[in-house]
Amino acid sequence: MPRRFPYVLLSVFLVLFVLGVTLGEPESVFEKAVAICLSCIGVG
Amino acid sequence: MNLRRWVQIAATLTTNAWWLTPFGGPVIYGGRLKAFCSPGLNCYSCPAAALSCPIGTLQFMFASLRPSLEVGKIHLGLYVLGFLGTIGALVGRMPCAWLCPFGLFQGLMYRIPSPKLAIPRQLYFLKYVFLALFVVLLPALVLDQFGYGQTWYCKYVCPAGTLEAGLPLLALKPSLRAMAGWLLAGKLSILALFLAWMVVSKRPFCRTSCPLGAFYSLFNRVSVLRLTYDEDKCVRCKACERHCPMGVAFYEAPNHQNCIRCLRCMLHSCRYGAIGYEIAGVRGPGMAESDGPFKDPLRP
Repeated sequence: MPRRFPYVLLSVFLVLFVLGVTLGEPESVFEKAVAICLSCIGVG
Repeated sequence: MNLRRWVQIAATLTTNAWWLTPFGGPVIYGGRLKAFCSPGLNCYSCPAAALSCPIGTLQFMFASLRPSLEVGKIHLGLYVLGFLGTIGALVGRMPCAWLCPFGLFQGLMYRIPSPKLAIPRQLYFLKYVFLALFVVLLPALVLDQFGYGQTWYCKYVCPAGTLEAGLPLLALKPSLRAMAGWLLAGKLSILALFLAWMVVSKRPFCRTSCPLGAFYSLFNRVSVLRLTYDEDKCVRCKACERHCPMGVAFYEAPNHQNCIRCLRCMLHSCRYGAIGYEIAGVRGPGMAESDGPFKDPLRP
């Protein structure tokens, strides 16, 4: 019998994704990712 | 070399497609692709990284939550959470097997001849502690005087960051070496521990310490794609468990938290057609029983 729950879950996360894009989060991700993360490399 | 290995290599090269640093280019890639997250764990400070690390990004979002809100930016990490959740809802932990560069690395390390050791199951829960504590709670709640948190997992644990970004950047930028201290020593120790562990155990980082794998694993039992188990056909030969890169006993727990959907058990290990798949409840065609000689996937 086909399950519906995976599609509900999928829809919820797709909505979150679109919401995040609408709120301008990709720009924040970009700004963070183009600078060297000193914490990541163990010196900050 | 099997299809999965080719896909892993292609994904690793795509995620790390910036190769101009040694030839006078910027130390790390600064193009627009960095606004997108990689589906696997891949440090965005790696000189070759073309995409962002989803776990590093999530921590950053939580760590800068308060200052963002103060300037009117409602940045809650929904973009990354939505991206990871969409993948998880579709295929569960499948990216760990097919797309993660650090997963590929661990798989190759395990091929080094050595005595092999099992991993105590009690350690499996650690990855959830890292996810909840080091990725979400500590970055969001332990703040400095300016309201910023720290990227705790990146800073104090992540061996992938040390290997992919720390060592190459320290080699490429001598000025960074002067800043190295106890923190780097600690991270190098963690990396050394995992490097040794990878040789003797199957994917120890994925099974015990990866917060990204922990997140995807939450979807394994409910994702659109799931593996199916036919108890009537299973003879408990344990071939699936022996050949599983994550040491999962499929006959005990189909779609276990550590199942990374590499499909090795279904395609190669099980001779009796006991393992199949379903897509949102609709079963795929079952695997045929094989009377031929057993094909060991470790020795193609």
